Formats: sequence, C-alpha cells, structure tokens
Amino acid sequence: MTALEASGRSTVPAVDAQASAAGPRPVTPATDHPRRDTVRKWAEIALFVGPALVLFLTFVVYPVVSAARFSLYKWNGVSQFSDAEFIGFENYARALFGGTDPATQEAFVTAYSEPFWQALSHNFAIIFLSMAVQLPIALLVALTLNRKFRGRAFTRVVIFAPYVLSEVIAGIMWLIIFDPNGIATEFMQSIGLDSPAGGWLEDPTWGFWTVFFIITWKYVGLAIILFLAGLSGVSEDLQEAAAIDGASWWQIQWRINIPLIGPTIRIWAFLSIIGSIQLFDMVWVLNRGGTAGQYSTIASYMMEIGFFRADWGYGSAIAVIMFILSFVIALAYMATILRRDNAHPRKAR
Amino acid sequence: MANMRRVTAGVAIAASMALLAACSSNEEPEGGATSGATGGAAEPVTLTWWHNGVAGDSGENSMGDYWDKVAADYMAANPNVTIEIEQIQNEDLQRTRIPTALQSGDAPDLFQQWGGGEMAAQAEAGYLMDLSDVLADDIERLGGGVAPWQVGEVTYGLPYQFAVEGIWYRKSLFEQAGITAEPTTMDELADAVDKLKAADITPIAVGAADGWPAAHWWYNFALRSCSQDVVAAAGTTLDFSDPCWLDAGTQLEEFIATKPFQDQFMSTVAQVGATSSAGMVANGTAAMELMGQWNYFVYQGFTDGSDEANQALLDDLDWFPMPATDGGAGDPSAAMGGGDGFSCYVDAPAECADFLAYIVSDDVQRGYAEAVGGLPVAPAAADAIASPVLQEIAQTTSSAAYVQLWMDTLLGPNVGGAMNDGIVNIFNGTGDAQGVVNAMIAAAATA
Repeated sequence: MTALEASGRSTVPAVDAQASAAGPRPVTPATDHPRRDTVRKWAEIALFVGPALVLFLTFVVYPVVSAARFSLYKWNGVSQFSDAEFIGFENYARALFGGTDPATQEAFVTAYSEPFWQALSHNFAIIFLSMAVQLPIALLVALTLNRKFRGRAFTRVVIFAPYVLSEVIAGIMWLIIFDPNGIATEFMQSIGLDSPAGGWLEDPTWGFWTVFFIITWKYVGLAIILFLAGLSGVSEDLQEAAAIDGASWWQIQWRINIPLIGPTIRIWAFLSIIGSIQLFDMVWVLNRGGTAGQYSTIASYMMEIGFFRADWGYGSAIAVIMFILSFVIALAYMATILRRDNAHPRKAR
Repeated sequence: MANMRRVTAGVAIAASMALLAACSSNEEPEGGATSGATGGAAEPVTLTWWHNGVAGDSGENSMGDYWDKVAADYMAANPNVTIEIEQIQNEDLQRTRIPTALQSGDAPDLFQQWGGGEMAAQAEAGYLMDLSDVLADDIERLGGGVAPWQVGEVTYGLPYQFAVEGIWYRKSLFEQAGITAEPTTMDELADAVDKLKAADITPIAVGAADGWPAAHWWYNFALRSCSQDVVAAAGTTLDFSDPCWLDAGTQLEEFIATKPFQDQFMSTVAQVGATSSAGMVANGTAAMELMGQWNYFVYQGFTDGSDEANQALLDDLDWFPMPATDGGAGDPSAAMGGGDGFSCYVDAPAECADFLAYIVSDDVQRGYAEAVGGLPVAPAAADAIASPVLQEIAQTTSSAAYVQLWMDTLLGPNVGGAMNDGIVNIFNGTGDAQGVVNAMIAAAATA
C-alpha cells in the first residue's frame, strides 16, 4: 500500500500542474480542508479498488508467487514445505532438457523432457491448426450466414450450442460417441472403413486428430458468432455500392467484409491462442491427455505430474513455464498484431 | 504461504486452547479403550471422519450408510463424542483433499488410508498418530493384514478390508468354449484364451484406458518373477536393478502378443458404462477380467437391479486366483492384494484411536461383511461372509504364502505412477519392458 500511496501523492501536484498549464480548464475550487479532501479521496479509492485488489492479490498474485517458489524445491506435496529441499532451477532443467546431472540426464530426457515437449508441441499444433482450419471454416460459415433467411436465429443458436455446453458434458458425450462400440465406429463400419486400431481417442497416432476435431466442434461456434457480430457492424451501403459497381459476391467478401472485420478476427485469434495454450478441461475429461499422452497439453501434463504423481515442485515449474509462455505470447500479440486496433479504435483496419 | 500458515496456526492454537480448556477436567487419560465406559463424566469431543463411501450410479450407498450407523452406535455408547462424517469420492479424497488438509494443519481426525508408500510419506512428515501401543491388542487380533499400514514396527493405521485380486469369469462362457477346469498355470490360461477365441468370445476384458487395470497384469508377473524380499526392499530403497523387474515386462509383452484382450482395449475404461471391462463381463460379452474383490459389486451394478437378474448374474459368476507362471523367484501361491483402512491425524483426540478400534472390532467387522458385503480383516468376522465366491477370495487371501500390496500403492504416487504409465505404454505399443524399469528408475531419482 505504501508504494501506491507514494505514487498517489506524487501524482496530485502533477495533475495540478497540468491543469494550470492547460490554462482554460476550470480550476478546482479551493477548499478549507485540503487534508480531509485527500483522506476522502483515498478512502474512495480504497473502497472501490480495495475489494478487487484484495481478490486479485489473493487469487492471482499470491498463487503465482507461490508456484514460482514451489518450483525451486524438490517437494512431494505430502511433507511440510519447510522440509523441502531447495534445488534452484533443477525442476525447469528437468522439463526442458533432462536436468543438469549427467548421471540421470538420459533417463530424465525420456521420462520428463519428452512428455513435456510432446505436450507443448500439442499446444502449438492446436494454435497453428486453429488458424489453418478453424479460421477458414468460421469465416466461410459466418459469411454464408450473414444474410436474411428463414430460420437464421435458429441456425445461429445451433452453431453456438457446442460452445455453451459445459466441457465435461461435451467431453462425456464424445467419449460415448468414440467408444469402441460407439456410433462413430459403427458409422465407419457401415461405410466399410476401419476405425483407428487403438481406438479413436487412445490410438497413439490418431488420438490427437480426434481431439482436434472435438475442439474444433466445440470452439468454432464462438468464432462464427464473433465474426457475425463483426459483420453486422459492416455498413450495407458499402456492399450495395460494390454490387452496383459490378463486384461479385466473392469480391465483396474478400475486399470489403473480411478486411472490415479484421479487428474481430485478430481478437478471436488472440483468444484462440491463449485458449490453446491453456487448453485443459476437454483433454482431461477425455482421458487425462491420453494413455500415451497422445493429446496431452501442457496444462494436463502439469496436472498429471503435479497432482497425480505428487511431484509438486516439478509440477509448479511446469505451471510457471506455462504462465510465462502465455504472458509473453499475450504481450507480443498485443504489442504487434493488436497494436493497430488499439491505436486507432475507430478505424476499422 | 508463511503468513497463511501463521494464520492457520493461530486458529489452530486458539482451537486447541479451547479444546484444552474443555478437556482439562477430563479424568480419563487414554480416552478409555472400552466403549461406553467413559460414561457421562467425559467432556465433549468432536471427531471428524473422512471416508470414501459415496453413493454410486444407482444412488445406493451401502458403505456410507453402514459407516453412518457405526458412528451413531459409537456416539450412543459414548455420549461425549460427536462424529462428523464427510463422504468424499475416492480419487478426490486421496489426491486432493487429504494432501491439502494435511498440509494446512487442519486435517480430519480420522481419514481413509490406503497404506504403502503414500502412508510412509505421511508418517515421515509427522502427520500420523502412532497406534502401535494404544491399539496393540487390536493389531494382534487383526493379524498379518495390518502389515501395509505399518512402517517398520510402527502401526499408522488399521485396515477394515483386505483381499487379494484374481480372475473373475463367466461360467456359462467357459462351458460354451469347452473349458472344463479353472486355469491354474499360465499355459492353461493361454489354452482357455484360445478356446474362447475359437468360440468367438472375447477372452479377457481389460480397462486399459484407466491405466491401473492394465498395470495389474504386470504386477502379477512381477509378483511371480521377483522374490518377496526384492519387492519389499524396492518399496523402501526404490532400487529396481534386479533383472526380475525387466522379466515381468517381457512376460507381459509375450502375454499381450497372444491377443487375449478385447478389441481396442486402450479405449476401454474399467467400471463406467456397459462397454467398460466390467460391463463386458457383466453383460456376457467377455469371459474373464483380472480384478479385486470389489468387482463383485461393480458387476451387479450392470444388472437391471431386480433380484432375479442379480441372482442370475451371481449364479454365473466365479473367480480363480491369478495362475502361477513358470519359474521366477516369487512364491507361486503369493497373491497381489490391497485394502482400505483408516489413520488418525497426529493431533487427533485420543478418542480417535478408540473409535478406530471400534470400527475394526469383530462385531463391527461382521456387520461390515453382512451390510456392505466387504471382506473383513478380523479373522473372527470371516464367518459373516455370505457369498461363496467372496468366501473363496477370503480363503485365498488367508492361505496365500504372502500377500503383496498393490505395487503402485507400495511405491507411492510418484514411482508408482511412473510405473503404471510405463506399463500402459507396453499395452498401447509405444513402450517396452525396459521402458517400465527406466521410468521407475527415473522417478525414483527425483524422490
């Protein structure tokens, strides 16, 4: 609080100075009790900011700092943390390249590094595939639906429905569909094809693609609704004018609609990237990332090894890596791609 | 964290001071080992009790109901004791609730205890009450089943249920395939598998998607190839250099190569839904399954619930011990097994141990066998087991040369979990026998 107070005090004269420099601005009426005023102002700030700040510190900052601390220790989560052995960045080293101890490095590469990179590679594959697969699908559907037709509201609800469904319910539904005796297998048999040898979800090769299909089904609705909302903001005058000038439907989409919903697409991509890095609930419900980790994500790997293997120090290191990754990617995205949207909020480009 | 702990500690100190004040006039030093004797003179005590008896899919909860009754009976006999029960789903309880409660210093007085490596870690951290002296008579009465709840000579918990696993099978399917006798060797098991396949019946169901049901096959091979001493030593030293560990995996690889399991076994779970491994046996689409005694009840959950359907299933359901393999350093009549018990928190009131003694007393154990259908640990309660097949399991448990605690429980969550993952990789074809040993060695190196 002291830092805040200090910075708060220093801003008061700055504001005054600015006001006087601005000249024509009405000067704050002088009061007889400047001190009481200051107290009142701080009380107001404390009243409004306090609860949120307390919640933020308790449930965001404190856990992050705790995880960072745990990640520097060898700790099984059972013994008192005060008895845990401090090992510096060894947990991070174990995840990234099998640790620094030559005696165990080879074993750790197989046991810890490979699953870690496998999980991380799935996160990045999902980011990439979201852009390559979900984005075109969502755009195409949104552009197709962006006109008046009977049952438009109903169609939109149906498309959005998977997104609204709880992850657990959707996950269990897909587990039933992809059961070895489920309808997916039956359908494949009826058209004379084989389903994956190890099962839809547990096959070491096909499991990831089944899960990506489920994720696409689950999240493409959000993209479509966002794009439709963006499209509804595009003036019809522009489209009519283009049509009068002889532009085809494709040209109107390509040269008018898509560029004009650029900010929406970029925000969706941002949400999609962050969501892909943090993807957890669906892969966990399906079977904790798969028996061979074939669709593990960094979050499911963290949970598996932190909680279920009781390797809390290492699990915390994974958590911190995930935090840093999300943070850096979010900042980089903000600073580069979203920058033009933020700088010119009214300009649709 | 430090501040948090201080706050918790403050609360704990305040609470214990209140408790001290409340207990200061208590004349009884040890809480009175004989129930009911404490009478009206004793000051009020509250015991919190966390157990895993939760309602199943059918909404029935025979275990939870029985524990409610046990607590009520105890409270009636000891009016000063109030028992507050919390029923928590098994994995939640084991992986999340108990570890965090122990960490926070605000743990339940009496809680579920699975024994083995995890319990040893809890004991080492000083969370568990030493029951060796307080309950010496009960420990002796219960016999060898207590061993997994002991570290060295010290007892940190008592089991109320303990049994070996074996192979459940459908008599009618064996008949259909022309199998006349229960397999007693791996060769005979392979022969039965061939006959069942010839009759177009899935020989063995395994819920490999859950991991541990697949791992239990490896445990049984390890039980035969490794001597009792090697396994016991590994439990404390985490040394897996003996070639018998590799041999277990090789035997498993050979067994899987005979294709004894259902199609797409990697996608099959153990207990949930009609397509689970238990569902397959209950519905008669698979003939055998390697499982613990609890599957007796799991199978019944797949009937329509009517007495006739239940009886029809039970009439056709039988059990035989895991067949012996050729060679190996383990005793052929040894068996894999495990059980459930309870531990008292180190700061729990003395009444906790007294109540635990009541839970495992002969009468309550007998009631447990009758009401829940579980397999009691107390030898005197064995006569209360009604079902012939459960009697057979109890018989095998008591006649086994030794009962080896589930390997994953023995080794604790870290090494045990790595072992299970490695075994599952043999099943799904991404790993091999050496991979299991490597995974165990790697995990042991982080402990």
